[in-house]
This record gives sequence, C-alpha cells and structure tokens, in this order.
Amino acid sequence: MASTTELSELNEQQPIRALATADLSYQWGTGQPTLTFPDLSLPLGQHLFLRGASGSGKSTLLSLLSGMLTPKAGTVRILDSHLNRLGAGQRDRFRANHIGVIFQQFNLVPYLTAEANVTLPCRLSAQRRDATDPEPIHEAHRLLTALTIPQSCWHRKVTQLSIGQQQRIAAARALIGGPSLILADEPTSALDSDNRDRFLDLLLTLAEARNTSVVFVSHDRALAQHFDHQVELEGAAS
Amino acid sequence: MSTRLALSLAGASLWHRRRVLALVCLTLTLSVTLLLGIQYLRTEVKESFTSTVSDTDLIIGARSGQLNLLLYTVFHLGDPTNNIRWSTFQKLEADERIDWLIPISLGDSYRGSRVIGTNDNFLERFQYGRGQSLQLAQGRWFDSVFDVVLGANVANKFDHGVGDSIVLSHGGGRTSFSNHYDTPFHVTGILESTGTPVDQAVYISLAGMEAMHVGWESGVAIPGRTLTPEEAEQRDLTPSAITAAFAGLKRKILTFQVQREFNENTSEPLSAILPGVALSELWRLMRQFERALIGITGFVVVISLLGLAAVLLTLQAQRSHEIAVLRAIGASPGLVGLLYVIEAVTLALVACALALLLGAVAVTALAPWLQASYGLQIQIRPLSGVEWGLLGSVPVAAMLVALIPAIRTWWQSRSLGLGEVAEP
Repeated sequence: MASTTELSELNEQQPIRALATADLSYQWGTGQPTLTFPDLSLPLGQHLFLRGASGSGKSTLLSLLSGMLTPKAGTVRILDSHLNRLGAGQRDRFRANHIGVIFQQFNLVPYLTAEANVTLPCRLSAQRRDATDPEPIHEAHRLLTALTIPQSCWHRKVTQLSIGQQQRIAAARALIGGPSLILADEPTSALDSDNRDRFLDLLLTLAEARNTSVVFVSHDRALAQHFDHQVELEGAAS
Repeated sequence: MSTRLALSLAGASLWHRRRVLALVCLTLTLSVTLLLGIQYLRTEVKESFTSTVSDTDLIIGARSGQLNLLLYTVFHLGDPTNNIRWSTFQKLEADERIDWLIPISLGDSYRGSRVIGTNDNFLERFQYGRGQSLQLAQGRWFDSVFDVVLGANVANKFDHGVGDSIVLSHGGGRTSFSNHYDTPFHVTGILESTGTPVDQAVYISLAGMEAMHVGWESGVAIPGRTLTPEEAEQRDLTPSAITAAFAGLKRKILTFQVQREFNENTSEPLSAILPGVALSELWRLMRQFERALIGITGFVVVISLLGLAAVLLTLQAQRSHEIAVLRAIGASPGLVGLLYVIEAVTLALVACALALLLGAVAVTALAPWLQASYGLQIQIRPLSGVEWGLLGSVPVAAMLVALIPAIRTWWQSRSLGLGEVAEP
C-alpha cells in the first residue's frame, strides 16, 4: 500500500516535501521528441508557479506529477512516495488520497449537484473522508461558503452555474479532505481578471490553512507574484 | 465502497440523461417485445394448430392417407376420396369398445364455407384446445330437417343472426351456380368462437343433408322432384352413406388395437387415424413456416443488439470529459468500466421489464381480436425456458457491449494524461 511506503521514507528527508522530481523526461511515442523537465522541489505547504508557452510540456508534467503517466526516465516523489515505483492501481489510489486537481474547464461531473461534486473525493478516498470534520458534507459547506458560492446553488446541477462558480466548486473539490498537493492546470484562463484574482486569492488562502501545496500552471506572468517558487519551462529539448 | 459509489454515480447519470435514455429504452423495449412476441406467437400458433381437435381418439373415413383424411375432416381442406356406408357406421355404433361417434357428411358449401352434416354428438362430444367443448353463443342446436347452426366466423362474416334464412350451394367453392333454392335453411343457433376450423363451417342434420339432395341425383336439381319442407317431414331421410366419423373409445389403451382392426377391415376399405399423430405430421410439413419465423426472430435479435450497441457507444462517446474528471480525482479504470456496465445493464433490464409488461398487455388486448379475425387462440402463459433465455440474453449482450468502452478506458489509461479527453 502507498501509506507504508510513505512512512518508511518519511524520516530520511527533512523538511517534508510536497513534491520532488529528478531528471524527469517523457516521450509521447517512439519517434516523438523527448520532453525533459527541470528538477522540482517544493516544501509542503508552499506553492509553485509553473510558467511556459504552449507546447512546453506543462500538461505532460502535471500528468507525470499526478501519476496519470509514467516518465520515460527520472523520478517523481510526492510526499516522499516514489510515484514511479507504484503500480497503476496504486497510483490511482494515491491520487485519490493525496492530490486535488483543477482544470481549465469541464471540471465537474455534470449530473451531480455542486455539493455532490465537492464531496466526491471523500467517496473515493477513505483517508480524505476521515480528514474532514466531522463529515464531508460539513467541510463541503464550509468550503463552498468560503469560496462565496451562494447556498441556493449548492443543490443545483453544476451545468446551471456560471463558469466562475464552476471553477470555485472545482477548487472546493480539490481542497476537501486536505490533500498534500493541488495540481491546477490554467484554472483561471476562462475567467475575467476580477474573477481570476479573487479565485487565486481564495485558493491560496484556503490551501495554506490546510497546509496544502499548490502547483499552479499558467502562461500568465502577472500571476507569478502570488507564489513563493517559480519555474519556467523551456519546452521540448532533443 | 467503489461498487456502491459506481451504483450511485450510475443512478445519477441515468437520471440526468433520462430524456434521451427514455427514447433508447423505448427502442430497446420494442425490439425485445418484437423478439418475445414472435417467439410467443410461433409457439402459440403451433399450440393452436395442434389443439384443433382434442379428446378424439380416432378419425375414421374411407381408405386414404392420414393427412388427406385429417385435412378434409378437421381442416375442411380438399375433398373426401370416398364415403362410408351407413351400414358400416351402424356397425361402428354397435361396437362395444366405442364410447361415442360423431358422423360427418361433407359435400356442400355456403358462400365458401363447408356445410357439415352431423348429429347432436357434434355439439356434445367434439372437443378442441385443452379439452374445451363447443358452446352456443346464440340460439339452440338444430333439431328439425331444415335447421342450420353457423360457426362463429360464418355468422360474423355474413352478419347472420338466429332466424335468418339461408340457401346452401351444391358442391364446394365460393361462388356456386347450383344452389338449393327449393330447400332454404333456417338459422337456429350460432356457435361460440373456438379459434379452430369449427368457426368456418355451417352445421346441419344428416337428414337435412339428405333432404336437400332429393331430386339432385343427376347432379342438378330436376324441377318437381325436390322436396318441400312439408314433404321432408314425411320421408325417411336416413342417409345411405356418410363421409367420416370422429370416435371416442371407452378405454384409451385399446386405441391402437381398434385402429389396426379398422385399417384391416375387409367388408369396406376404411382408414382410422390418430388425430394427434396426424396433426404433428402435418405440422412437420409446415416446418418451413416455423423456420421462417425462427429466422426472423434471429434477425430481430441481431438487429436489436446492434441497435443497443450503437446507442450505448454513442452515449459513452459524449462522456469523455466526465471520465477525464473521474480519472483525475483518482477513480480507477475499473470503476469507470463498472459505471458503463451498470448503466447498460440497468437500461437493458428496464427495457426487458417494460417489454414483458407491454407483451402481456398486448396479448390480453389482442387475444379477442385475433380469435375473432384470424381464429388464432392465444393466451397469457408463463414464459418458457427458451423465452427466458432470449430475454436474459439482452442484459448479457448489454454488458458485453458496455465492456467495449470499459476496456477502451482501461487501455487509454496508459497513455491519457491528466484531464485529457479521449478521442471518441
């Protein structure tokens, strides 16, 4: 199980790292160029801004960090767990337990209510359910309130809500149960500038309160100032 | 936990798509109904066919093949090869082993329907289906020479009621040029519909049959020699011959012995047949028809399942965003696959249940009409093993179809990145 691996390696490194990669590279297929990535290291609770032009491999890097893809070479450690040593099923479970994700759009399951979308990770992960106080539904309500979703929207189908509201519900889903890491893939690119700043502010504040690290991917330099760490992706190397 | 989650997600997903799924379900329901309906009809037609005559142990007629004898006595098709002498019939009546006899005299027609000369035993003893007896819907059985009782379809078709007067025609055929104008018959009763050829005939007494042929010895009426009703009452109208007889034995175990004895009769060449055996031989002749229906059933199954597959795959293709979200928050490809399977199987089960309901309603609603219009007797009955098998194949097929996107999800999980949407 993932949890035993975590514990055995916990004492070796100080402080606890949300994220550490080394010599990471990925190839989409034979004959395709190999993408190489800079080594990343992020202490737990701190945030990272990843900037890069399109085609620089931002999404690929997030896929590697989330364990959806396995690297061609190099290592990914999340919370000092070696992701590439885990099997596919273990990586899925690890993601459910420790990682929250926010996409650019289409973040939510269309047939569930806002509330049900937020509590969904707690139904996939006992660990995240146990981390809520006292029940997932209560934390969901606290998060939705903090993210300024009106109570009248909680039980509505998410498809009836505005894009800004949908992105904030996705943030609530990523935050629930206090995962170690949130991977956000351009979550603000569909928002106007007012909404964008408010979203980022709320996300980072709520993440800090839970000691959750945020890896935020964007092409928008203006957002970089909110982050402790910044990395620029250079794009495909040979 | 993941099964419960999959069930609840599948429930929410099905409910969310209920409008489009209702149409899908309707299509599937109609296919399953058609499938079951054809299978049902096939067995019921066979049942109806083989139960045209029941409880009759032997049919005795002039020597001929058993199919020919069966066809002209029971189905009113074709012509008798020869007659049985009245004296022979009387000998049969005297036979200790024979419980009852129904004499039948054929030869004339009424607007395309056979005229059957018989006696009271026909009403009392003739049975069809599962041992049902004939019932009069209106009026009474004939008791004087020029009385006639109509089969249900004949009365219905020509809109006859009790009290009508009808003229029978000489010989068979729909339009006959030689009619028994001098001896009109008086309708005294109409039989209840039976769903057998009984409905397609008219019934008169043997005496009536004899009476209307007085003066017709040359094949056409000779003026002045035909009988008036008054004259008929005076005469001895015992027939000289009949066409055939249905017989019931006192002891069924003697059936084969009696049959052999009649078949070897030397005083007059007779044939005695077992109606059940002859009916199944006749049904074998109609195997082509049955095969055609089985073939149609097969096509319906294949087309229904292809339709189901097309619909399910189309629906799944629209779900790639949702699947990407579920995968990103840690749902395994197995959970996603389970979701597909639960949805497809639920849809199939609902369609099967609706099809059963629709079928039962249709059978109940259409049975009287089928009986009246086509003489086909069908009724609600429990499904047979084969039919349960056909019904069960629908959810199984739905599950197999759902495995296609399920396996694809698993396959793509190796190469699909975070939040990436699968190509439909």
